[in-house]
Amino acid sequence: MPFLYRLAGWKCVHCGAFHNYKPVVCKRCRSREFAQIELPASGRLIAYTIVRSPPKEFAQVAPYAIGLIELDDGTRIISQLTDFREDELRDGARVEAVFRRIRVNGDQGIIEYGYKFRPALRRS
Amino acid sequence: MVKLGDVAIHGYGGYIPRYRIKAEEIGRIWGQDKSGFPVAEKTVAGIDEDAATMAVEAARTALRRAGIDPRKIGAIYVGSESKPYAVKPTGTIVAEAIGATPTKLAADLEFACKAGSEAIAIIAGLVRSGQIEYGLAIGADAAQGRPGDALEYTAASGAAAFILGKPDHGAVAEIEAWSGYATDTPDFWRRPSDKYPMHAARFTGEPAYFRHIIGAVKSLLENDGYSLSEIDYLVFHQPNVKFPLAVAKYLKVGQEKVSPGLIANLVGNTYSACSLLGLVNVLDQAQPGQRILLASYGSGAGSDAFVIRVLDGILEKRDLAPRLAELIEDKIYVDYSTYLKLRDEILMR
Amino acid sequence: MAGVYVAGVGFTKIAEHWDRDLEHLMAEAAIKAVEDAGVSSVNAIYVGCALSEPLQGQMNLGALMAECAGLVGAPALRMEAAEASGAAALYAGFCDVASGRSEAVLVVGGEKLSDGLSEEVSSGMMMSGRSWYEGFMGADFYALNALLYRLYSKRYGEEGIPFFPVISHEHAEGVSHAQYPFKISLDRVLESPFIADPLRMLEVSGIGDGAAAVILVNEDLARRLSSPKARIYISSATDYVNPFDREDPLRLQSVLLAVNKVLEQARASRSEISMIELHDATSILAALCLESGGFSPPGEAGKLAMKGEFSLSGRLPCNTFGGLKARGHPFGATALYQVAEIYLQLAERAGKNQLDNPRVGLTLSLSGVGAAAFASLLKKE
Repeated sequence: MPFLYRLAGWKCVHCGAFHNYKPVVCKRCRSREFAQIELPASGRLIAYTIVRSPPKEFAQVAPYAIGLIELDDGTRIISQLTDFREDELRDGARVEAVFRRIRVNGDQGIIEYGYKFRPALRRS
Repeated sequence: MVKLGDVAIHGYGGYIPRYRIKAEEIGRIWGQDKSGFPVAEKTVAGIDEDAATMAVEAARTALRRAGIDPRKIGAIYVGSESKPYAVKPTGTIVAEAIGATPTKLAADLEFACKAGSEAIAIIAGLVRSGQIEYGLAIGADAAQGRPGDALEYTAASGAAAFILGKPDHGAVAEIEAWSGYATDTPDFWRRPSDKYPMHAARFTGEPAYFRHIIGAVKSLLENDGYSLSEIDYLVFHQPNVKFPLAVAKYLKVGQEKVSPGLIANLVGNTYSACSLLGLVNVLDQAQPGQRILLASYGSGAGSDAFVIRVLDGILEKRDLAPRLAELIEDKIYVDYSTYLKLRDEILMR
Repeated sequence: MAGVYVAGVGFTKIAEHWDRDLEHLMAEAAIKAVEDAGVSSVNAIYVGCALSEPLQGQMNLGALMAECAGLVGAPALRMEAAEASGAAALYAGFCDVASGRSEAVLVVGGEKLSDGLSEEVSSGMMMSGRSWYEGFMGADFYALNALLYRLYSKRYGEEGIPFFPVISHEHAEGVSHAQYPFKISLDRVLESPFIADPLRMLEVSGIGDGAAAVILVNEDLARRLSSPKARIYISSATDYVNPFDREDPLRLQSVLLAVNKVLEQARASRSEISMIELHDATSILAALCLESGGFSPPGEAGKLAMKGEFSLSGRLPCNTFGGLKARGHPFGATALYQVAEIYLQLAERAGKNQLDNPRVGLTLSLSGVGAAAFASLLKKE
């Protein structure tokens, strides 16, 4: 899935609404013209939580962190947060997209990969 | 030795996880002395990382430097001994993640620690023949050490990626020459049903590592080859700190030419990425005109050796991505129990 | 549109009904409602249930209910709108009667959450978001609420938000059908462990089983029945499923629209509302419902709660039988418990929690974090 792997999506040419799936019509203005874009891979953390009582698919990796991130172009996305020290989970912290395992379906099923965000290496 | 000169590196990238475990922490658990560890510390992949995820990170870094349209990459070869699927190529996962699909070639390679460098050799051939415009060669491993075994101190995780194409003014380095030396030498191996590899202890030294590296390197130096005075950096496969220094000593080359490419002490042995990460570290500091001799080693056994000449292009491209040294410095130490939790893949099922 | 009336209600206690199965729990509530209304039959059945497929491996609940309630032959549909499935069934039943097609319909909602482990229930709830986006990431209902809580806290502070469960529990004391009929203190809420920081365990509704049913009739039948009647209106609205796609995640547009529409339908104003059955699946959602619905200025709901505004003796009593937190929240049944409880208040059958001559009540039922909102208004006529 382009969005889950590389933050790729479709932006409405008329109203700018970002869709993380291929739309039939724009969810905001119902127009049918879209530009394919990749969202910026960095942004800042505007809210986060630690999921401690997880749904069954994530039972083995709890507790895990979920963040609301405002990317550098203003788009807001939800992501798991990874590789952080406790003091790095801060409001406004710079974060960057990485490619990680999201779910594994036992020993026989597919490994599902996708994006997560972690504290940005380059602090600038 | 085969003279090349018509294939170049356009982008390069290294990736190591944030987590580290100190050798003395492992030693503490197994009752081993505080001194005489093969490395000081090694990288540990996070619970959500594997050879594929690390390959993607390294590839993305290489792509940032190369600045090319990923759809022009015609082949992606990932060398690994810890590929996530027994059947399903890692290369296509990388291709999708960097926006290179549909690509043409994407099989996975295995030759212990030299699978990544062999990928470079193969991609070079495809580029030179004109079969592909650009190719991506990656070495990536999330190596597992058998708990309590000597190799547990060094089995580490990391990835290195190189985008090759025809030489042009954008390229960062040219591959001038290449040689290979492989024989059937079972110094280190793993059967499919076993989780951890077996190794033949001291046999992995002289008849294996040294014989093959020196065999490949000699091929670059003799006859119409290079003299060591023409080489500014030597990068060897580094399963520990001692072995590469021993090769240097044998070749009568000063440590100062080997140290920049020797990162094992703080990184460990990243297997298929091992010598390649040493190369990345050198590319992060080398100047145009300087030459690098890279010699990998893979158990089973073989070595690929290359002479690489740095070009002007590196000055513009180097800082388009963080240097490996920044990743080496950016670390979170874990204790042995956390290390087991992270590396025991039972949890992420 | 012709008038629709609630003529009778029935419900079970909310608990872990280990010895009952879903359809019979619903049948019990359904028969109670039929008897309460005094109707001899119904023209159609509307069933509300959210998770019967993943938890019970059961679909086709409409036909099943018809059989269990002894009403084989009647048309029967199951509606789903995540945690507002009961409200969706109510909406459909309402339209059936209002259109003139049916004289009387049975609307019954039920859920047997104890058939799943709590992680399975969480997983089920996560289906109210996009399964390949929020669901794929593991951003479950509690995580989304927690993120909203953080944004709320940044903008307004969080004073008073954890007080909502205290109010709900206070009202549930002594209520025979409530799952947790006891008081809890604010301290106890604040000491409970985090479920998703900063949301605490005692700020979220529990897991229980239950079924509730109402009988909706037309004006004509209403006049002929001797049971108390309440005129009902219902409206619904949607919003972007992902709360962070909305212009302001702290403004639940679906709630505002649904409330405005139902007030318009009923020709009523906010000030006439005597009581609200609030969707307090989490404390923060309760606050957002009140603020978005226009019953509290933005950022003030928690403070008003602490001042007693929403208590039984307050200006706008909420959750007079304990709400989702203390009475319980068996998803598909919840909205019907809400309607039944308002009906009991209007019919002066609310027992110890009886308000003084209430005339208009409002219920609010949400799917997920406000992807859809259903507002129903009941009037004593």
